[in-house]
Amino acid sequence: MELHQLTAHTASELLAQGEISSVELTQALLDRTECLDGTVRAYLALLTEQALADAERADALRREAGNLQGSSVSPLLGIPVAIKDVICVSGAPTTCGSRILENYFTPYEATVIEKLRAAGVVLTGKTNTDEFAMGSSTENSGYFTTHNPWDLDRVPGGSSGGSAAAVAAGMVPLALGSDTGGSVRQPASLCGVVGIKPSYGRVSRYGLIAYASSLDQIGTLARDVTDAALLLSVIAGHDPRDSTSMPVEVPDYCRALVPDIKGKIVGVPQEYFSDGIQPEVADAVRAAIDQLVDLGAEVREISLPHTEYALPTYYLVAPAECSANLSRFDGIRFGLSAPDAPDIWESYRLTRERGFGPEVKRRIMLGAFALSAGYYDAFYLKAQKVRTLIKQDFDRAFQEVDVIVGPTSPTTAFCIGEKADNPLQMYMSDIFTLSCNLAGICGLSLPCGFADGLPIGLQIQGPAFREESVIRVAYAYEQATEWHCQHPKVDVSIELGA
Amino acid sequence: MRLTREQVRHVAELAKLKLTDEEASLFQEQLSSILEHVDRLAELETDSIPPTAGVLPLRNVMRSDESRPAFPREDMLANAPEVEDAFVKVKPILDPEKLSR
Repeated sequence: MELHQLTAHTASELLAQGEISSVELTQALLDRTECLDGTVRAYLALLTEQALADAERADALRREAGNLQGSSVSPLLGIPVAIKDVICVSGAPTTCGSRILENYFTPYEATVIEKLRAAGVVLTGKTNTDEFAMGSSTENSGYFTTHNPWDLDRVPGGSSGGSAAAVAAGMVPLALGSDTGGSVRQPASLCGVVGIKPSYGRVSRYGLIAYASSLDQIGTLARDVTDAALLLSVIAGHDPRDSTSMPVEVPDYCRALVPDIKGKIVGVPQEYFSDGIQPEVADAVRAAIDQLVDLGAEVREISLPHTEYALPTYYLVAPAECSANLSRFDGIRFGLSAPDAPDIWESYRLTRERGFGPEVKRRIMLGAFALSAGYYDAFYLKAQKVRTLIKQDFDRAFQEVDVIVGPTSPTTAFCIGEKADNPLQMYMSDIFTLSCNLAGICGLSLPCGFADGLPIGLQIQGPAFREESVIRVAYAYEQATEWHCQHPKVDVSIELGA
Repeated sequence: MRLTREQVRHVAELAKLKLTDEEASLFQEQLSSILEHVDRLAELETDSIPPTAGVLPLRNVMRSDESRPAFPREDMLANAPEVEDAFVKVKPILDPEKLSR
């Protein structure tokens, strides 16, 4: 097997056995990235030198530990990880995919990055994203669009499309993303990889540049469930610097990696098989549910009656929070500024006019409107109340089922440009993932089939702080299937195209 | 609901966004169609439903009032477009002519 095909846990074993070094692994991935990324465009910034230095340090640490009796090293020591460019990494640019932060270097580092560094990972670079994580295709990036490794004419999904594409294309085994309404799970689905959106409060948001603070959560992307769980184990946990991180114990997610789901009760919401769903997606998901039954799970039809209201609720709550969060981009303390403005008011307007792209402006305006005098009750407060109803749907469902299963996205990857002119059409791409964030529960997407060569994602949702439940069901399914063993022949398509 | 051009201009000013005429008319259309979609929330009876602002059972999380190291001033100023001495420089907020009176 070639180095770029290795999962993190296999690479970790080979590193421990001295079969490979982190420098070899990192160099192989950087070489592959150089070959592919001119076309895929997953990375906004590649940290070649730092990554090799990280790898050398990891190799040295492992040698040292090897000489010490009984010392144990992190399973991620020397493993390359890519970071979505909405997470602050020292020594690297943090642009959020926005022109307004084009030359921004963060003076502090995200908690998740501190944890990754402490585990000895190799940080390979910052990955592309829709501007400020607002989008479902990476087409809203202020820099360029990322291409789906399975079909270069299609989007990778978004907003963590760069991370998903880099993992799918074999440029890196692991990546971090962020998920506010599906931004880890939907690109994972469209790129045929595994993505976990942890429960709200499970992972520190310190150093994650805020989009919608009551919904944002950092998540993991990988080529199998084991890797995604392994990475989550490293980044999860309470952080005193994030008052919305939950002071509760983090279980060892690796202990959930058992291929046994006998007696688990799987809920299937009828609302997740609505008219808008692509028939091949519905078929693949139903086949996956049958497979779970074969594995010993009990399937129960359930109802989440407010599912259809998740989209309107999300597109009031998230823009309202975004309009407040993004008011900090004013050209005064950091980021783009307008030196030609005559006064401070015009300076604000010009900075934001030049620095923000159309989708960010749309959401800021939508949010400012929903919060404005005369409309607050009818829109923002109303959405907050419906959010309660959506959460209650899940509370009720989880009284009788362990996990909820359905499609991640209603369609496979769509063509670049297909939905770019119609924001509402684009928003529909997240109809099955939005309610998870509104309810604060956890969710996971993993491959469950293909339609015309494009991956289909199965979504497994679990109660808040029960990531181990979704990981267990996902692992059992993955072990019984081979979808995750298929990889895009992106090198071939690039060669043919060239 | 449909937004008027004046409402679009008003909201843009609230958000300190400058819009070209073209953008204003595009946003008028797009935001109106999004608002028409979100209008369907009105179908739901919610008078007795409490709002959810956040999902966690946490309220007023406090840290202990202890001094701790601050970020170095140079680091925090490094990203500022205009700096003078130890300060971030901003354009005039008050009209100097009115001040001199």
